[in-house]
Amino acid sequence: MAEPILEVRNLTVEYTSGKSIVQAVNNLSFTLERGEALGLVGETGAGKTTTALSIMQLITSPPGRIKSGEIIFEGRDLTKLSQSELRKLRGEKISMIFQDPMTALNPVITVGDQICEVIHLHEKVSRLEATQRAKKMLEMVGIPGERYSDYPHQFSGGMKQRVIIAIALARNPSLLIADEPTTALDVTIQAQVLEMIERIIKELKTTLILITHDLGVVADICDKAAIMYAGEIVEYGTLDHIYNHTMHPYSIGLFGSIPNFNEDVRRLKPIKGLMPDPTNLPKGCSFCLRCPDCQDRCTKEKFSPVEVAPGHIVRCVKYIND
Amino acid sequence: MLRFIGKRILMMIPVLLGVSLIIFTMMYFTPGDAADMLLGDSATIEQKEQLRNDLKLNEPYLVQYINYMKGVLCGNLGTSYSTKRPVTEELLDRFPTTVKLAGAGVLLSLCFGVTMGIISATKQYSIFDNLATSFSLLGVSIPNFWLALMLIIIFAVNWKILPPSGLSTPLHWILPIISLGMNSTATIMRMTRSSMLEVVRQDYIRTARAKGQKELFVILRHALPNALIPIITVAGLQFGRLMGGAVMAETVFSIAGIGKLMVDAIKLQNYPIVQGGVLLIAFSTSIVNLIIDILYAFVDPRIRSQYIKPKKTQTAGKGAVTNA
Ligand SMILES: Nc1ncnc2c1ncn2[C@@H]1O[C@H](COP(=O)(O)OP(=O)(O)OP(=O)(O)O)[C@@H](O)[C@H]1O
Ligand SMILES: [Mg+2]
Repeated sequence: MAEPILEVRNLTVEYTSGKSIVQAVNNLSFTLERGEALGLVGETGAGKTTTALSIMQLITSPPGRIKSGEIIFEGRDLTKLSQSELRKLRGEKISMIFQDPMTALNPVITVGDQICEVIHLHEKVSRLEATQRAKKMLEMVGIPGERYSDYPHQFSGGMKQRVIIAIALARNPSLLIADEPTTALDVTIQAQVLEMIERIIKELKTTLILITHDLGVVADICDKAAIMYAGEIVEYGTLDHIYNHTMHPYSIGLFGSIPNFNEDVRRLKPIKGLMPDPTNLPKGCSFCLRCPDCQDRCTKEKFSPVEVAPGHIVRCVKYIND
Repeated sequence: MLRFIGKRILMMIPVLLGVSLIIFTMMYFTPGDAADMLLGDSATIEQKEQLRNDLKLNEPYLVQYINYMKGVLCGNLGTSYSTKRPVTEELLDRFPTTVKLAGAGVLLSLCFGVTMGIISATKQYSIFDNLATSFSLLGVSIPNFWLALMLIIIFAVNWKILPPSGLSTPLHWILPIISLGMNSTATIMRMTRSSMLEVVRQDYIRTARAKGQKELFVILRHALPNALIPIITVAGLQFGRLMGGAVMAETVFSIAGIGKLMVDAIKLQNYPIVQGGVLLIAFSTSIVNLIIDILYAFVDPRIRSQYIKPKKTQTAGKGAVTNA
């Protein structure tokens, strides 16, 4: 078994908005091994971006705050590092592709210089060499090197996303967090960008956390999947676990809401109801209000995750044997 | 870019024509005229009539205006009634002082206003921010002339550490510039703060942090350039305001600039000086606006690209409209 590159333990993150407290991430734990690709799936507001930003230690405070938990990256707890130590890691060892490519690039700096910046920050190289490397990065993501001196507004959304990917990968990080890298793009471009990420990841042997709504994408690219609901991971396991031995009622519901052309299903079965209000989470299982198998005790107590098979972890009353 | 500058210069012409027409009309209809002024009460009616004919003051309004504008185009703004010197000379003698005063005021308020605004925005709700915002509220609400008088009373009269009037040594500049620049510093500070607050919330600032960039550079290299457009806009407006404010400062501190020249001229009904002065101020304000517009293009590549390929984008836009 490979050594873990990232270990998140009992991470809890809150946002204060006015008087109410948004519990965005609750007691979240997972382990990621070097070279693995993990798909983090969940509906909007589940706390995926918040988890990613916590790993980057970029939660803006206020309103955000990492209340408790540890994030062990290559043996060091990121929550305890100083800002200057974190700066050495960001962009160099851990990079992030942000959700919205339209706004993630600085409009007054050329795309080339934005790539160069991250090279310069982590390595002493001449201006010329950094420029050449940035051009090479552009070409790697499928943009001609001559467009180095263009500004972001001269690029399409798909090209901007490629530039962001180039920035994230410029220093060959060991962990890449891609936060819905394709949601802002149209379907044909989506496939291209994903293919590119997959290719580069394999080439550079980068560990990946891919955040997405799309279970199909996870099946294509990832080795493992984590299903998030209301700030918790409700099910975690290999693709085989999640896709072929789905256990948590929420995950089962998720698969039910995906159109499946092999079966003759007339209607999709969306999960009834809405996510609970994150400022006022239920006392028991956070999914209990929408769960078809909800039992009495679900509304009253929180269950700890259970390892139902090696590496397959579920947080549900059905799999607690006591 | 050159075409754009050329176009902007052409656009200054109607503005200046308008200003000249308004000021000329106002002066035309103000009671009292040059003949009374120049000859005094002792002169006879015939003498006055003779002088009016010589000065072409009996011509119809429009003819007089056209004559005046003809002169303006050749750089001849008429003759000062009181000194009999050409108005152009009188104005150009004094103009540098006023420009230096207003320029120094803008520079000072840019230095302090922008710095304070940046610190306030990056440390929102800190003690510094609260102090700075209260200061700026005070700064925009204090009238310039009152501040000038207070400064004189405190620093020149009571403590006697700064001279109360004139501009002969660098020390002399301190009080006029502070009283001129206070309002602008406060205005620029408020604008910088709000503009920066907006920019530091943008996603690309987070991107810069995610690269491992130092906080100082995140602010100076990534945030500030994006916050500059509104700051430049108010700074430009402040320059215009300070040219006007110079009238106040020059009067209070008895400084021989355009402002004082014009105030004195108004008292003496010395219309050519007033007209020329207003035109000159309007002209310099237009020039500043032109510079501001060029600066926009300089700081924002999106604006720059509009100027570089005006033909393509314009025809594309028109085509779309006609098709629709
Ligand atoms: N800056 C913030 N201030 C207050 N609340 C926030 C902030 N950012 C996120 N939240 C809240 O935290 C919760 C989790 O948000 P997060 O952005 O992590 O969701 P997500 O899973 O990434 O959703 P999406 O799929 O829409 O991107 C949401 O309820 C959201 O309202
Ligand atoms: Mg998100």
